[in-house]
Order: sequence, then structure tokens, then C-alpha cells
Amino acid sequence: MLSMEKYQELRTFAHRIRGETLRELGSLGFGHIGGCMSIVEVLAVLYGAVMQVDAADPEWSDRDRLVLSKGHAGPALYAALALRGFFPLEMLQTLNQGGTRLPSHADRCLTPGVDMTTGSLGQGLSAAVGMAWGLRLDGSPSFVYTILGDGECQEGQIWEAVLFAGNAGLGNLIVFIDHNQQQLDGWVQDINPLGELRQKWENFGWHAQDVDGHDTAAIYEAVLSAQAAKGSSSVIVLHTVKGKGCSFAEGETMNHHMRFTQEQMEQALADWEKEGETLL
Amino acid sequence: MMRDVYLGCLTERMEEDPRVLVLGADLMHSDGTATLQDIFPRRVVNVGVQEAHMVSMAAGLAAVGKIPLAHTFACFHARRSLDQAYISAAYARLPVKLIGTDPGITAAFNGATHMPLEDMGIMRSVPEMIVVEPTDPELLRSLLPQIIYASQPVYMRLYRKEVPAVHPVGTEAVLGRGIVLRDGSDASILASGLMVAEALAAAHALRQQGLQVRVVDMFTLKPLDRRLVYQCAVETGAIVTAENHSVINGLGAAVAETLADLMPVPLERVGVQDRFGEVGSPDFLMQRFHMTAGDIVGAVRRVLGRKRRLT
Repeated sequence: MLSMEKYQELRTFAHRIRGETLRELGSLGFGHIGGCMSIVEVLAVLYGAVMQVDAADPEWSDRDRLVLSKGHAGPALYAALALRGFFPLEMLQTLNQGGTRLPSHADRCLTPGVDMTTGSLGQGLSAAVGMAWGLRLDGSPSFVYTILGDGECQEGQIWEAVLFAGNAGLGNLIVFIDHNQQQLDGWVQDINPLGELRQKWENFGWHAQDVDGHDTAAIYEAVLSAQAAKGSSSVIVLHTVKGKGCSFAEGETMNHHMRFTQEQMEQALADWEKEGETLL
Repeated sequence: MMRDVYLGCLTERMEEDPRVLVLGADLMHSDGTATLQDIFPRRVVNVGVQEAHMVSMAAGLAAVGKIPLAHTFACFHARRSLDQAYISAAYARLPVKLIGTDPGITAAFNGATHMPLEDMGIMRSVPEMIVVEPTDPELLRSLLPQIIYASQPVYMRLYRKEVPAVHPVGTEAVLGRGIVLRDGSDASILASGLMVAEALAAAHALRQQGLQVRVVDMFTLKPLDRRLVYQCAVETGAIVTAENHSVINGLGAAVAETLADLMPVPLERVGVQDRFGEVGSPDFLMQRFHMTAGDIVGAVRRVLGRKRRLT
């Protein structure tokens, strides 16, 4: 069980990731706001409580890995990494600028702490499977985590990897699906519905759980349960809200990639600050 | 059999280096890697019929320090899982080794759907990808360690069956450098793969007609040995390329680019002329696509005519 103190710490960490992501995207006036906001809590749990990483030695061989398969949520990951000390917070303001180390989609060669290059949807899960397989061969204690989008689960390659890793029983692989029900063109339900994800993955031989993806305590408990399922690959379906906590994005249908005004962002940051007061 | 040479060299590497892993996609009895499963059960993986997953998974393995060799038919590497090779491996700077079997017309009885006439050209367009086609057993033996330990991703064409031996025993080849197999001053034939033996036969026939034709094995398409191309242009003044591949974006195209950049001389390109593959025996297909020694002789005669008109 998460102590009350730790729970509070994770909520605060999530709040800070959300704020830094808003400022980071705010500097540009556009970006993948929806899918960044919906994974803030899982990032807080991973980088605040679960993952063994060393900001001073990002390439440490026994570290846990994260493959952000939905690579377009890079800005949220960068905020988490900066807050964990992988690079200075000021660097977040260089997002997408020519020559930056923070490109729109996650890039292992550019950003300290990023473990895999992603952006072409469907490939990150397979790469995570490869990492987990390789680390298992070495008898490594490391875990490999990966975050998929729900729209991404329409990619055929996802189901190749789900079949393979279900059969391989990779106890060191823990997958999150950001099930925010929305994709670029609208609602998943209207475009190409996914059905019951947990049930589908279970049928492929995975240890599968459903949790509230904005409840850090619930995510943390689910990770512990997944870690304990030693003979199985694990998936945690995060029920989330796309755009969560960003007043101009949350609840909007077309919030995958948005343009916004400075006033909208100022309002969003004011709302975010107000939200922060409730955490105290 | 090239396959046996490959498996022998690979086994040696795997015995010496536990990082070397083999992945296959339900063709392991075709390329012979199934036999490695018995020797290295933990390091040989058959993912089933899922090439895209295999290539990205190989990238993940490389990211944790392994040296994965991913095997499938050449056509699938180049067509089905190209984005995985491009993004998961090459762009991510993960030195995955892609081994594509049954290149060009050697897909023979599998026919057009399985016949890669564009794989080298496609892979050549991927930044930093090394693209290589070992010609015969000696070259394969010499090149395989260089391929396995290359710090960049590699696409290697692998012939499974018997191929004519053109290099003497003990040849030490260097990735990225062509090998002059026969010297001559009238023209140069720059050839790769199956076409090297045809080029040698053509040079022999032309010798009977009083012509001295140089034959070069250009087994690395990328990085191309531009210095050698330049040298051949300067020293012989006429070039013929010969490849078991489309002339579009393959060896002929790469040589044409190099000549245009450095030293334009008359060029003729022997290979498949912008068409799909067909089913049939390799001999039938070589005739069909005008890829025989006789076709090379014709190309040399044409290129010499153009050379004469220039001088």
C-alpha cells in the first residue's frame, strides 16, 4: 500500500508534470496536448515511485526502461524527466525548436532518459518486447514499461506483439494503455472501436487490469500486482480523459493536436494553479 | 550451398559471442536457421509470421546490447517491414542486421510476389543503412563478421543455394570496397551478386574478340566504393553495370550518380528494366530479363560504340 505521504507526493508530482507540460507546449502555441495530459498520472507513478533510474547516469545498464510507444506524448515525458533531474527545466522551452534535444516525438538519441525512439505508432510495443526479452536473457532485474495509446491499438503490429509477448510470458514487461477513448480524428468508438481491451489482452494470455488512469494510488497498486505476475506479460488499461486538467482541451472532441491562443493557455495555467491549491 | 556457409560462420560467431541472436519469421527451415535452435535454444527466436514485430523487436534487443540478426525473405524486409527498419532500427541508431534471402530472380518458383527486384534500392534510401550482397562463399565468410559487428544497421542479401564461386579461397574482402577480379583497359563491368559470374563470362567472351574488359565485384551497394568507380571511369572510359535487381535505384543507378558527380563516361545498365518479377527457373528468368553474359557482351559493345564516338 502506498503511504498517505507518498500518495500526496505522487499527486503533487503529477500536478507539477501537468503544469510543466502546459508551459512547455504553451511556448509553441500548438501541440499534442490531449494525449500528454492523459498520461500525466502514470508518468508520475513511474518516475515518482516505480522506476529504478539514475538521472546522473541515464544509460545505467540495470535501470528500468520506459518505451513511450505513443511517441507524440513526448512533451509530457520530457516534463517528468526534467522534474526528475535528467536535464534542466529551462530546456523544456526548447521543444520543437530547430536543433533541440526535445523533438515532438520521443527520440532515444536526443534526450537524456528517453529509452526508445518512437512516433510511428505500433512499433514501440515490439521494441519493448525486444528489450524485455534481452534483459531476461541476461537475468537482469530490470522492468520494461511501455505506454500505448488506445488509437494505437488499431495498428496491426500491436496485435503481433500482443500475441508474441502473451505466449512468451515476459514477467518483466508491463504495458499501459492510455484508454482516453479519443484519437486524432475523433472518438475511437465512432472510428474503429476496440471492444473490451482488458478482455482481449487476457485472451492473448496477458495478466490484465483496468484502473482509473488519473488515480496515482490505483496505478501504483496495479503496477505492484503486475510485477508480482512473474510468469506473464502484464497490461494495465488506464481509463483516462484526453486533455485532462487542461481547461481548453478537456472535453473537446478534436483535442489530439491543438492550436491555442495565449489567453487560452493563461487561463489553463490559472485553472491548473487553482487545482494545485486543492492538493495542499 | 551459401546457406551452409552462412550457418557455419554464424555458428562460429554465436559460440564466441553471446550477444549474437537470431530471429526468424516462419522461414527458419527455408534459410536453415532452424538448425541453430537446437544449438542455441535461448538465442534463436521464431516469432511466427510477423515481420514487422520481428524487426522492431530486434531493435529493442539491440537497445539492450544484443546483436540481433533478423531473417526473412528479401521482399518482406524491403516491402512489408520497411517502416520498422527505417524508424525502429535505422533512425533510432540501433544496429540491427537484416538478412534478406532469395534476392532477385532467385525467388524463382515463388514468383512475382516473392521476387525482390527493388530491395537494395529501397534500403539504399534509408540513411546510414549499409547495403551489401556477398557474392560467393569466400566473400560471405570474409564479410560476415564485419556485418555482424558493424555499428550501423545492415541490410544483407543472402543467396540460399549454390552460387558460382568467383573469389579465390582466402580472399579478404572489406565492406565498402570493391574487388577487381579481372583487369582490362577497354571498358569496366561493375557487377554484383549473381551477375559477377556472368560478367566474368562476358569478359572472357570479349577477350576472344580482342577486347580487354575489367570486371569488378561491387558487393557493397552502400557505401559505394566511389573511388573505384572513378578509377574505372578514368582508366577505361566506359562502364557497364550488371545486377540481379532493377536498374532503378540499384547498382546501375548508384554508379550513374557517381559518374555524374565525378567523371561522366558512357554507361550501360544491365538488370531488370522497371518491371515486376515472374515465376520460372533462374535460367529462364535471366533470359527473360536480359541478364545473361550475352546481354552483358551486347551492353559492352554498345558502350564502346558510344566511347568511340566521344573520342
